[in-house]
Amino acid sequence: MRGLIGEDILTEEGEFIINMGPQHPSTHGVLHLKIWLDGETVKRIQPNLGYIHRSIEKMSESLSYRNFIFATSRMDYLAAHVNNEACALTVEKGLQLEVPQRAKVIRTILSELTRLQSHQLWWGCTGLDLGGVTPFFYAFREREAIMEIFEETCGARLTQNYMVPGGIMYDVHPNFQKRVKDVMIQIKGKFEEYDNIMTGNVILENRLKGVGYLSKEDALSYGVTGPTARASGLSCDLRKSNPYSAYDQVQFDEILDTGGDCYARYMVRMREMRQSVSIIEQLIDNIPEGDFQAKTKNVIKLPKGEFYQRVETPRGELGVFIVSDGAASPYRIKYRSPGFSNLSALPIMAKGGKIGDLVAIMATIDLVIPDIDR
Amino acid sequence: MSTEELKNSITAILPSSTFDETGEFLNVVITSEELLPLMNTLRTKSEFDFDFLFCLTCIDWKDHLMMVYHLLSKTHQHTLVIKAKIADRNNAQIETVCNIWRTAEFHEREVFDLFGVKFINHPDLRRLFLSDDWVGHPLRKDYTDENMISL
Amino acid sequence: MEGKLTFPGQIHETTDGGILVTKLDDVINWARSNSLWPLVFGTSCCAIEMMSAADAKYDWSRFGFEVARATPRQADLIIVAGTIVMKMAPVLKRLYDQMPDPKYVIAMGACTISGGPFFYNTYSVVKGVDHVIPVDVYIPGCPPRPEALLHSMITLQEKIKHEQYFKKKIEEIR
Repeated sequence: MRGLIGEDILTEEGEFIINMGPQHPSTHGVLHLKIWLDGETVKRIQPNLGYIHRSIEKMSESLSYRNFIFATSRMDYLAAHVNNEACALTVEKGLQLEVPQRAKVIRTILSELTRLQSHQLWWGCTGLDLGGVTPFFYAFREREAIMEIFEETCGARLTQNYMVPGGIMYDVHPNFQKRVKDVMIQIKGKFEEYDNIMTGNVILENRLKGVGYLSKEDALSYGVTGPTARASGLSCDLRKSNPYSAYDQVQFDEILDTGGDCYARYMVRMREMRQSVSIIEQLIDNIPEGDFQAKTKNVIKLPKGEFYQRVETPRGELGVFIVSDGAASPYRIKYRSPGFSNLSALPIMAKGGKIGDLVAIMATIDLVIPDIDR
Repeated sequence: MSTEELKNSITAILPSSTFDETGEFLNVVITSEELLPLMNTLRTKSEFDFDFLFCLTCIDWKDHLMMVYHLLSKTHQHTLVIKAKIADRNNAQIETVCNIWRTAEFHEREVFDLFGVKFINHPDLRRLFLSDDWVGHPLRKDYTDENMISL
Repeated sequence: MEGKLTFPGQIHETTDGGILVTKLDDVINWARSNSLWPLVFGTSCCAIEMMSAADAKYDWSRFGFEVARATPRQADLIIVAGTIVMKMAPVLKRLYDQMPDPKYVIAMGACTISGGPFFYNTYSVVKGVDHVIPVDVYIPGCPPRPEALLHSMITLQEKIKHEQYFKKKIEEIR
């Protein structure tokens, strides 16, 4: 908002400049877009970030290797388990620590539950953005069931901090298996309902088909990852290509689409939810007995060097880059967040489209702003 | 390409580069002036074909800054880390790579904002996260701020 | 709940209707407290719990908060859900200024109370939203549960019910 006072809202070419955000319901947070319009056609978009830049990277430099993980649950709060797992994996890589099999399987189950609830929230919010309030209530009904599992497992609904270097913080609740199975049965029954209410809806198809095209080459060049890139035909599922935790023990498909438009992105996420259910069902009966945490020293010190770990969050590739100088806290941490690169492709996706389509495009990229700003 | 082949091919292009194999990926350390020609070769030459810049960042080593580029080739599935040393901290500058990988545009703006590295020929070099009137570059080790309360 | 929703005052039945004896403050507070329109303002994690409070399980419309507005000009309650950073602070102030009086503020979560987990060694976080706008109710938690948000909103209703706007005005005139 600042810097706009006194600026002409009409350019010399007759383009009209409007500001969307930072307080706007469809930006899913505090994203600010400066949009150049010709009538209703978007000519140019300039994302303006930093309205929730919380200096997590600077803060982590003064925290120990056990403590810095908490901040990542607040970074992408819809995928806290996956973020924590990424950090834990990076520290384990530095320590060359072998995680017990039980912890690996539980981590994978929780990561997939996270993906499921994140996609459900995305589905509800997409409905909300496109003018339908009902999907929001339908999505939250199942999401709450997953939140209850999280709460029973680690005591928190949203910011879990359950993954620690060496494994998981505590063993799972005795109810865990039964509860997850019950929820999976519940969710599987609801997919048809989701499809009936949204996927086959003619309004939705009209709003999404052929809108916000992203080519495979652009996706690669802009570093777009996750379902957004897979909808453009770019194979980038790290669970397949660089398997971590227990992903090498399960069978699942990498969902690819070639449409490249909003509808393809929508369909990829809808199909991914089914894959997540399948992964959880394969693992839930096969949680091995044993330790849930490997032994680590009280004060973790990573050897001198650089460690990089890539994981697949619901939004794409999260990279954790730790530079260690041998001390008890990281020398430098860089989070390569998926939303950051995905957002950089928004200007080319929305260019030439209508301003109303911009909302649909933002909804299907699935932006989480604190993840972008860090 | 295997690590050994990558090393040989890069030595053939840039004999002055040094290698570091202690980590997970092969690291190539070069000076900031050598960056752009090398990057162009890595992207365009079909034997390298590094088409995905998956991370771009900077490290402040107190006496110098180090730009770090993580590269991946989707076709060959090999990974490479390029490190460009910027010796002059006070007037840090390096060529932009955003004409090669578009994703670098945002990442370089982030580095400019938080480390104060100027990217030559960058199309839109402004602060990304902080407001335009912010003083200093917070991720530098010598950054001080009266609002920062240390533990 | 029954007692809270009943109309404040006495109704005296007469042959052609009735006479109401009450205090102006009580009637206005009764109306205000039961029709709070929150502004949809979420910056980070707490916003998701705010959405959860709106969903079918927690359902804040039971208490009359469901008319969430996207523009500050139609809202009289701002729930600051999430961290406020230096760049966002002027925006928050402007949003607050755009809201019509009387207006109320709920600070949701540790970040809005003191900076919370981002208190130490951060350069961009505002350490407490009360540096920017006045706060009526604080809810601790990171993030607070939806029940805590509902509790804070009911607490705010209680607070509004005890406001004495007209009484103070009359005392000023005297």
